[in-house]
Amino acid sequence: MPRGFDIKHYRGFYTLTLLCLFILYAPLIIVMIYSFNDGRSITVWQGVSLRWYADIFVGPEAEKFKLAARNSLIIAVIAAITATSIATAASIGMIRGGNFRGKPASFALISLPIMVPEIVSAVATLIFFSAIGFKLGILSILIAHIVFCIPFAYLPIAARLQGIEASYEEAAQDLYAGRWATFRYVLMPLMWPGILSGFLLAFIISLDDFIITNFVKGAGIETLPTAIFGSVKQGIKPNIMALSTLMLLVSVLLVTLSFFVGRRQDTNPTTNTEDS
Amino acid sequence: MIASDQISAVTLRDVRKTFGDFTALDDVSFDIADNEFFTLLGPSGCGKTTLLRMIAGFESTSSGTIHLYGDEIAELPPNKRPVNTVFQNYALFPHMTVTQNIAFGLQMLGWSRSEVDARVREMISMVKLDAFVARKPSQLSGGQQQRVALARAMAPRPKVLLLDEPLSALDLKLRQDMRSELKRLQRETGITFVFVTHDQEEALSMSDRVAVMSAGTVQQIGSPAEVYNKPENRFVADFIGETNLLEARADKVQGDTVTCTLPDEGILLAKTNHAVVPGQAGTLSLRPERMTLLSEKPQDDCLKGHLKDMTFLGTDTQFEIQLDNTLTLNVRHQNSDGNELQIQSGQPVYIRIAPNAARFLVS
Ligand SMILES: Nc1ncnc2c1ncn2[C@@H]1O[C@H](COP(=O)(O)OP(=O)(O)OP(=O)(O)O)[C@@H](O)[C@H]1O
Ligand SMILES: [Mg+2]
Repeated sequence: MPRGFDIKHYRGFYTLTLLCLFILYAPLIIVMIYSFNDGRSITVWQGVSLRWYADIFVGPEAEKFKLAARNSLIIAVIAAITATSIATAASIGMIRGGNFRGKPASFALISLPIMVPEIVSAVATLIFFSAIGFKLGILSILIAHIVFCIPFAYLPIAARLQGIEASYEEAAQDLYAGRWATFRYVLMPLMWPGILSGFLLAFIISLDDFIITNFVKGAGIETLPTAIFGSVKQGIKPNIMALSTLMLLVSVLLVTLSFFVGRRQDTNPTTNTEDS
Repeated sequence: MIASDQISAVTLRDVRKTFGDFTALDDVSFDIADNEFFTLLGPSGCGKTTLLRMIAGFESTSSGTIHLYGDEIAELPPNKRPVNTVFQNYALFPHMTVTQNIAFGLQMLGWSRSEVDARVREMISMVKLDAFVARKPSQLSGGQQQRVALARAMAPRPKVLLLDEPLSALDLKLRQDMRSELKRLQRETGITFVFVTHDQEEALSMSDRVAVMSAGTVQQIGSPAEVYNKPENRFVADFIGETNLLEARADKVQGDTVTCTLPDEGILLAKTNHAVVPGQAGTLSLRPERMTLLSEKPQDDCLKGHLKDMTFLGTDTQFEIQLDNTLTLNVRHQNSDGNELQIQSGQPVYIRIAPNAARFLVS
């Protein structure tokens, strides 16, 4: 190919692209549109209204959703904070800890939850909890969430740390900072975008996890995804569409935020050496 | 070795550093005196940074000891050593302003706020950065960053300041200005400077003493004049300044004067640092600027050759002279009014060699 590879010149490229986009996003768009439908039908358009959004907050299922949302938020906040702390410590150990035996194994272990099919994790976790006689409830959900959030928090944090030259830490130590002060005043501020990005990613992953949560939650406790699922089993009402649209909005916001925080350039430790 | 009445700031004894089976430093021993401007000079990869990092505490010794003002420091982590470093890439904290960078070490030492403020102000005016205090490092030029790094490292009044090629990132003009600036700062503060460079001009112009290193070993330690005028061996003669190196044999030895024979049977008088025996083979080092080019044959001893090439260098012109055999010599001639040389390519020329111009080296 003397002209080089240019995907635009392949016949059917645009058709294929449009088809993929359609399959991916058409259902989402339909859900978003029908969440504003003024009627019970999920297929017949009856005019614009916000009644289903109001229904989430004051309707017959409002109490259930409120409780589930509270559980989801509590779990997501605690799981994300814990997972981010563990991931930060792990990344420093992995990247700054020199070469230790079992380093590749440690890395494999950290990233394992991303690679194992979620249903396998879910079943295994459930078996584990019942084997040790752990009571299922908010605590079992929390533990499971912390575990599968760690790799998602680890990746952006480790990527950030990898880009920070070790000489800043050496300079801090040279200027009489101990280990903690070096971390607190030099390493953490430089890692901050990575840490924040890892936290947001962990938060969103925890917030909308369904499979594992559903297995380990036990009876009588719901998170938003399991509550929605429970509601849908009794027939899809447009209030679920409104709730889904809200969750989608939160997800998109957080992921976008995480992306931009991770990309932030002004505190980038590699930029100030450019002209030296 | 330093005079016995001087306090030793850094004492290295048989210091060795190996990385796997590679020996980066091979039994290095020397003393750095208090209040001295001491330079480690050597080509890339000879172990200068490694030695500096061992004094700072970032690298452990494989064997041997390092003392700082009499105290063994092997067990002290970097933050407990009264030593500060100006890093080669400066390593200024990118998220802190100039002021915050300079104040960092003082805050870590637990100085009070007013003491820190006063000292930072003092350092800022010392390195003339008053206009830039609120800037982040990324908003500074290379030269300004270099000054911040210097101020940051000097603020806590270290006993020893380590500088790892701090001028290498600057352009020529700035580098030359900074040489006298650094020298001035060292004089005024009385801090012992250990300065690393691979630039021999830098080393000669600033240092009280220079340690010339090669492949993990120290080849010679002495004042700039000593290492330039009386090199210990072939490496030092070649690395410091420009020189002509010729194979030679010692014929007669009288004190430090050696009468040598060149391969073409030419005879030359040379000085030596070594105990030389007649018949010993060695190397002659002839500095280009210590020889005089003449177009007429002089009365006294001289070498004869013809002009092969010449290069104009501004203050000097370098002549490449082909001797009557296979040897060529580089000779410097200063360009000043009334000192013009009129010689043409291929024409015979004569080289007069000053009594101290040649050194006989045994290794
Ligand atoms: N951590 C390390 N692991 C293995 N080898 C190393 C390490 N650090 C340095 N070396 C080796 O030790 C030798 C000396 O390195 P050093 O950085 O001290 O050289 P240098 O004299 O400072 O050179 P330069 O002028 O290029 O900075 C080099 O050959 C280098 O490859
Ligand atoms: Mg170096």
